[in-house]
Amino acid sequence: MTLILQAVINGLMTGTLIAVPAIGFSAIFAVLRYPNFAIASYATIGAFAAWWANAILGLPVIPAIAIAFLITGCIGVGAEETALKRLRGNGALIVAIASIALNLVLENIVRFIFGNDMKGYDLPLLRDIRFGDLRIGPQQLQSLALAVVIMAVMFLFLRYTRFGKAMRAVADNPDLARLKGIDPARIAIVTVFLGAGLAGVGGVLIGLDTSIDPLTGYRVLLSVFAAAVLGGLGSIPGAVVGALALGIAEELALIVVPATYRTAVGFVAILIMLTFRPRGILGERAA
Amino acid sequence: MLSYLIFTLTLCGIYALLALSLNLIWGGVGLVNLGLAGFFAVGAYASAITTGAGAPVIIGWGAALVVGAAVGLIVTFATLRLRDDYLAIVTLGFAEVIRLVALNERWLTNGSDGLSGIKAPLKAELGLQGFSLFYLGLVTLVVLVVWALLSRLDLSPYGRAMKAIREDQQLASFAGKRVLRFKLQAFAVSAAIAALSGALYAHFQSYVSPDHFQPLITIYIFLAVTAGGVGRPSGAVFGAYLVVIFLEATRFATEWVPGLQPVQIAAMREMMIGLALILVLHLKPQGIMPERIPKAPEPAAP
Repeated sequence: MTLILQAVINGLMTGTLIAVPAIGFSAIFAVLRYPNFAIASYATIGAFAAWWANAILGLPVIPAIAIAFLITGCIGVGAEETALKRLRGNGALIVAIASIALNLVLENIVRFIFGNDMKGYDLPLLRDIRFGDLRIGPQQLQSLALAVVIMAVMFLFLRYTRFGKAMRAVADNPDLARLKGIDPARIAIVTVFLGAGLAGVGGVLIGLDTSIDPLTGYRVLLSVFAAAVLGGLGSIPGAVVGALALGIAEELALIVVPATYRTAVGFVAILIMLTFRPRGILGERAA
Repeated sequence: MLSYLIFTLTLCGIYALLALSLNLIWGGVGLVNLGLAGFFAVGAYASAITTGAGAPVIIGWGAALVVGAAVGLIVTFATLRLRDDYLAIVTLGFAEVIRLVALNERWLTNGSDGLSGIKAPLKAELGLQGFSLFYLGLVTLVVLVVWALLSRLDLSPYGRAMKAIREDQQLASFAGKRVLRFKLQAFAVSAAIAALSGALYAHFQSYVSPDHFQPLITIYIFLAVTAGGVGRPSGAVFGAYLVVIFLEATRFATEWVPGLQPVQIAAMREMMIGLALILVLHLKPQGIMPERIPKAPEPAAP
């Protein structure tokens, strides 16, 4: 019983961390209508930007995360405007393929600068907090709190600000939004900035737990996709629910399958979900 | 130098088969397979394992074709009714799962150590140089046969129906074409070709390990097909040869830059691949050999 409870707690924690880049991915998908594979490199860039701020400049974690958000947001907008924007007219698949190429370029720029070695953040060592037989690391708890705060801010932004409402309007019906005087180009830029920034923050939050290398983002990518598909492609609340469901499913499955198959659990979960409920938990129509 | 040339040309042929595989579904029914490297691996391991158990090489290749098609059907079964981006995501996950299986199921694949001593047909009889030449000929022959079949397919009613589905699947289904069945068949055949390419690769290298099937291969093949021209088998083959030459050229180009670490050289080469793909998509999306649309036949005289 403790085993299962511990697995659920661990799952909720990893799920919350995955939810941050998954929101970024879903926001871009909702507004621009293509799956952005470059999310992986944005997560890597964020992780390295925060590492640079934390381990080299000696900043604490929270300012490092803010720096990572700004840097990846700007790089994301720059990359979108130069490499992807002009392809939007050619269909979602072409933009998706270009985003894979973009991902390869950005990932290798990181590799060129920082090399392939694993890097760890400069964090104080703390003892796990225990509740009876259950254990939670304080660092994980801090990441968890940060992820929850970031998500709350994101939801308030979407719900109450002009830009947030405009973003939802474009996602819902781009033609109607344009008719209402919303400039789709501006909304696209804001969305990509937020999406890439959130992916970057996600890279940091996941890296805080372990260590980072140029493939950090690629490993996150499959979980982000799994979360987004489970929750329903293009739905931002869905991305959160999908990420939590994925986290719990992974941890529960790892009780019976070897830990090396963690990413495979997400894949199997996607296949099952697509077979029985293609729109995902909270998604729109998928066909 | 000669053996380097033979090696490179054989690799060109193997990539050409992968490009033909991608072109069949992408240029055919308009689906993409981001898990090409996974199907490539499935074929390589299927043939390596069956021939390792004592079967002749030709049976190994047959096994690769069958297993490749079967796996293709399994992967696409859940996603083909959905929008195309779902299939893209699922195939990407599939390639990763195949790599995990190859890494972890030691009883089947010998894990990260890989399978070595894979049968090289007629190597004992022909000697090293003779074998490489013979194998180059064999691979080139397979490429020619598959190319001829797929070019013929493009002109057939089946091929026209596929392209109708690519252009507008609702219209195609109104016209009575069974969209789902066409997509499943095209994907299964395409997966089988990718697996055959893997089998050819396994017997060429005599050694396979999970490291041979990086997702990067999939990107090479996308570059090959977009550069060559989506929707035209000749373009895919041409693109594959071009990409291998480009890859080799980046090897020499990066050697000229002084003072770089090996990691940085590798990173620069991968950057050039990504940049090349982005540039082709922007500047020449129809490729060097654009698709030729045959004229509609004259309506029969009343």
